[in-house]
Amino acid sequence: MTGAIADPSGPTVESTEVADLTPERLRDAYRWMVLSRTVDERCLSLQRQGRIGFYAPLAGQEAAQVGTALALKPEDWIFPAYREVAVALVRGTPLGRVFDQMIGNAFDTSKGRQMPNHFAWRDQHYVSASSPIGTQITQAVGAAMAAQRRRDGIVTVTFFGDGATSSNDFHAGLNLAGVFQTPTVFVCQNNQWAISLPREQQTRSATLAEKGSAYGIPGVVVDGNNLRAVYTAVSEARRRAVSGGGPTLIEALVYRFGPHSTSDDPRRYRTDQQVAAAKERDPIALLRAELIESGDWDAARDAQLLERLRAEVATAFEASEAAPPVDPASLFDDVFLTPTPRLEEERREFAEREPMGGPRP
Amino acid sequence: MTELTLVQAVNRGLHEAMRQDPEVLVLGEDVGVNGGVFRATEGLYKEFGADRVIDTPLSETGIIGAAIGMALYGLKPIAEIQFLDFIYPAFDQIVSELAKFRYRSGGQYPCHVVVRAPYGGGVKGGLYHSQSTEAYFAHTAGLKVAIPSTPADAKGLLLTAVHDPDPVIFLEPKRIYRAVTGEVPDGDHRVPFGQARLVREGNDVTLFAYGAMVGPAAEAAEALAAEGISAEVLDLRTLVPLDERAILASVEKTGRAVIVHEAARTCGFGAELSAVLAEKAFYSLRAPVARVTGYDTPFPYALEQAYLPNGETIAHAARTTVRAG
Repeated sequence: MTGAIADPSGPTVESTEVADLTPERLRDAYRWMVLSRTVDERCLSLQRQGRIGFYAPLAGQEAAQVGTALALKPEDWIFPAYREVAVALVRGTPLGRVFDQMIGNAFDTSKGRQMPNHFAWRDQHYVSASSPIGTQITQAVGAAMAAQRRRDGIVTVTFFGDGATSSNDFHAGLNLAGVFQTPTVFVCQNNQWAISLPREQQTRSATLAEKGSAYGIPGVVVDGNNLRAVYTAVSEARRRAVSGGGPTLIEALVYRFGPHSTSDDPRRYRTDQQVAAAKERDPIALLRAELIESGDWDAARDAQLLERLRAEVATAFEASEAAPPVDPASLFDDVFLTPTPRLEEERREFAEREPMGGPRP
Repeated sequence: MTELTLVQAVNRGLHEAMRQDPEVLVLGEDVGVNGGVFRATEGLYKEFGADRVIDTPLSETGIIGAAIGMALYGLKPIAEIQFLDFIYPAFDQIVSELAKFRYRSGGQYPCHVVVRAPYGGGVKGGLYHSQSTEAYFAHTAGLKVAIPSTPADAKGLLLTAVHDPDPVIFLEPKRIYRAVTGEVPDGDHRVPFGQARLVREGNDVTLFAYGAMVGPAAEAAEALAAEGISAEVLDLRTLVPLDERAILASVEKTGRAVIVHEAARTCGFGAELSAVLAEKAFYSLRAPVARVTGYDTPFPYALEQAYLPNGETIAHAARTTVRAG
């Protein structure tokens, strides 16, 4: 399995420490991956039915996300992009809270402020996600600088895609991290597509990981469909970071099986044959095969698991859908801790009209 | 009380804030060893060390992005952008991130960040060391905007900004960094946000100004007094929150308003003030509201004094306003 980490250009990173991935933990990882795929499929269908808003699927990236999340400690900080449902689940977010956010109901901890997948869970150090590309990268470095100053012994981990490596904040963030040797793990999920732009048109660089060398940061390419490889690379990067060895850029090679989002039609820019070829290396199928081969799993248990997870997902979503809507009066909360006089004036004006309509008759 | 220039008062404020709270730190370009290109951070590095006074690489988005990350983690960073003109690489971080974190996370992730930047013209700085673009920030929900015009306010508003749990854009009028001196209270001197400063009382017309334009507005009032026109001068101090009560009370008394800023006229903050007066003081107004502002051109180099409002142009507008009704 060590061959799963390949680094054609940059410094070599040893990758043999997978001893703590016991059969039990592998089954656990597999369960998270299947759950994530189940949530993903459900959300695509819910969006088509108009029951949730815009959704950005993660299918194909389950091993990259679950492998990373399992290699971290609860005290580490996550700076996600908007496709990291699996990370949120592994960090301990109950399914119901995920769906509350997707709907934006009264129980949503973000109070219905953001479109699906833009989660924020303070108790899990899962930082509020936004839609602009790459902005979380410099923030993760800043949080790592703060942790350094407090000598907290944690890492900050930021997720982004291949497209984000062209963003201003990728450059700024890696440069800062290199200069200050911050305990940061940069996880680039290279899913080969930035909406319609293929990876090879995003940059002339042979790999994305090699960009790290410009900033004095080790870069590793890892097979993102291989859970063990991802887990190993992130574990090593984490260990290096907390021992003062500085940041690491990990490029997890994956493939975005679905559309960029529910508003995207990938057939405009890629063929079904390309996608089918990529699905030959479906991370879930690969891990399932490994588990079955090692005698730790079988088809019957697999079918049971899928059935159980589908039921859990359906039940959780129904509960979230039945929850009360977000309170219209909360529109003005949290702009500032203490509202300005202008906001109070607007709140009063709003209170005098029908919340979802015009003035009261 | 100590007699200080405005930039010295900023410096004293920074020292005070960092002594008060070990979570406060300063980051930016040339702020450490060099003490800042305007010397606003002088002495901080020596007193507080490289861990709390951080010389960053030349990247505004890096500075603000990192400051946000630090604040999310629990520190209270004060980020310096060397000139307001150079803030745009960080605009995405300020507008999309800093301003929205508290709101978008349902209050889970507030951003306790102060962004300091010298702004404004009159220093022969040409297009890129002169601009006054406070309106961009005042327009963005989730940001407070403070602009001192005196040394005492520079320290007092800065300390309020550092203690504010929300992001503050703190704009320093570099033209008067050393041109004005004044008595500044020692220690923990704070000036509350949202309370305009009455610079001069008057009955015939109100001159609204902030930052470096308060001086010329006061000069205009002096000149007008000699002509028998009694002009009130109100220094707004903070654009967000805005002291509408003081603004409206003044115009209810004088019936006339002249709004002064060095920023370009179109969508400048004067447009907002003018709208507030039209909406809420219409029946008190005896004459049309006048604006004395920078022009809708890029900021010029050789012609900067022609571009900027001054005592004369402000007094002229006030006379016209008083004659109108």
